[in-house]
Amino acid sequence: MAYNCVVLVKQVPDTKRITGKAMNDDGTVNRAALPAIFNPEDLNALEMALDIRDRFGGTVTVITMGLPAAVATLKDALYRGADEAILVTDARCAASDTLATSYILCCAVKRIKYDIVLCGRQAIDGDTAQVGPQLAEKLGIPQITYVEKPVEIEGRTITAQRNIGNGWQKVKTQLPVLLTVTGEANVPRIAAAKKMMKYKAAMTPAGVEQKIKAENPHAGADEIKELAVQKCSEMDKKGLLIEQWNLDLLKADLTWCGRSGSPTKVHRIQSVVLAAKETKSIEPTDDGLAGMIHELLEDKIIA
Amino acid sequence: MIDVNRQGEVWVFAEQHGGLLEDTPIELMSKGRHLADILGVQLGAMLLGDNVKGLAKKLIQYGADKVYLAEHPLLEHYQANSYTKIIYDLIHKYKPQIVIYGATAVGRDLGPRIASVTKAGLTADCTDLQIGDHKTTDGQMHKNLLFQIRPAFGGNIIATIINYDRWPQMATVREGVMAMPTPDTARKGQVITEKVQLSPEELPIEILEEHTRTKKVDLKAARIIVAGGAGVGSRDNFRLIWDLANCLGGAPAATRAAVDLGFIDHDHQVGQTGMTVRPSLYIAVGISGAIQHQSGMNQSQKIVAINNDPQAPIFDVAHYKIVGDLNEVVPKMIKAIKEKGFKEAIGEGK
Repeated sequence: MAYNCVVLVKQVPDTKRITGKAMNDDGTVNRAALPAIFNPEDLNALEMALDIRDRFGGTVTVITMGLPAAVATLKDALYRGADEAILVTDARCAASDTLATSYILCCAVKRIKYDIVLCGRQAIDGDTAQVGPQLAEKLGIPQITYVEKPVEIEGRTITAQRNIGNGWQKVKTQLPVLLTVTGEANVPRIAAAKKMMKYKAAMTPAGVEQKIKAENPHAGADEIKELAVQKCSEMDKKGLLIEQWNLDLLKADLTWCGRSGSPTKVHRIQSVVLAAKETKSIEPTDDGLAGMIHELLEDKIIA
Repeated sequence: MIDVNRQGEVWVFAEQHGGLLEDTPIELMSKGRHLADILGVQLGAMLLGDNVKGLAKKLIQYGADKVYLAEHPLLEHYQANSYTKIIYDLIHKYKPQIVIYGATAVGRDLGPRIASVTKAGLTADCTDLQIGDHKTTDGQMHKNLLFQIRPAFGGNIIATIINYDRWPQMATVREGVMAMPTPDTARKGQVITEKVQLSPEELPIEILEEHTRTKKVDLKAARIIVAGGAGVGSRDNFRLIWDLANCLGGAPAATRAAVDLGFIDHDHQVGQTGMTVRPSLYIAVGISGAIQHQSGMNQSQKIVAINNDPQAPIFDVAHYKIVGDLNEVVPKMIKAIKEKGFKEAIGEGK
């Protein structure tokens, strides 16, 4: 029996490898100091989907919601073996919190025939782990969070082992289901050279239009549009067109998207400035250390 | 979602397993009590399970004015769907203004599902909660909101999140960041028993097997913690950390790097992906002080850092800075503690 998997991925700033100051002086995030990467645990979710396809057949569709630049993450997913990639991008998605994001993703996933929806446990920029369970609720399907091993599937029954913090739990449910996958679940496969050659030129329709504009600086708007339509249909035939969906196409109710769809708002952001405490230098000598121990005893820090 | 209502109570989800309360909801009771007192409202605890009535008394002793009790055989084991249904009904019936959950495996599975069905906001993994006012860009003033404070961007920023228009205001709170309250056996409260109706379709998950283990070490309870980082060099050399901890009656801990290198197991990990601790004394040995580690220990009362790199970021949060080779400093320190401790004890006539 074959299964259709939908994997939700996110392009994130690499918060673990911060090169400079993470924040600008005006309090905004300094994106230049944070290179964009494939959210690590989303790679584990993708691997789990690819493994299911390899074992049982079916398809792997990857969706991301983000800026047009997130197409890089989708291409990476294609290099690693995904069958199809969809970019959900719309200026009206901006400022979406996890609730609005899960609503928009729900509108997107509902357009696809799926058996299993997979997400990484959490994204390293927010570390919330909320979008997965929220999306499951909106889709009206059960969720199995923190899946830490490859799953077993028989017919419409899936068995998964999940991490419950102080141990593990083996659970069973009927498809369709949403899984969130941890970094321990598997080792993501690397990009295949053949697929990289194939999908290197893959692009969204907006990307195509931009490229044509750059190549024909003197062309009029109508001409560019015409050339773009032509180019897109050529690329589509070769399987190189990455689908791009906006909120109109998703028939999303705009009240639940972006800022208006987001109950949580930011009151304040502070760059972590470590409290400049009074630091006392202690010589690494017997006397120096004895003095410090004496002080700690005096202050009743140690008994 | 429910409307903004100033009379709404403050609620804590009283997570229990097998009839035992988890630590985190108990920690949340002290925070919840504090928030409820500022707002002048009552503190409620949601207690779900099978045959768990006995825990209601405990929750009252820890600060609850009311315990909302939902008992049913099908609630014996936590499941996202069944618990969401019960809590959704409770929220709509009683309209609390704040609901907080422990950021445990259960809280992080359940909270978002409830946020989705109630269409309310939820902030994950808070390290602090406060009450404060917010002025929107168009000049509207929102008084007495729940400030949901959490690290983001890998700990590089601290964000204060609010939700002023769609309530309840909800948050999950990390384990160990709130202090454990002392139970007051004289406290009185009210137990409100809810009627529970559940059908098997509301439990789509079947639990086949479960293995849990108790942590080998309770870092949260330790007054003194001696932590080692990658700089300690090897599992054998980590003996130094154990020795120093032992002579101080403290607990050994480690950074993620040291755990990943196999120096000690994960139960001992302090930091963003481990435990948050706030002992009286934290001795950081061979720890450079990545922000992810600091966020788990910078609330310690006194911090001693030993590192051979004078520029190590750990010194920024340290009260005592010792630049030197840990292999020399730690044994000297153990010697100093043994001598000093002895002399002081004599001097004080103990």
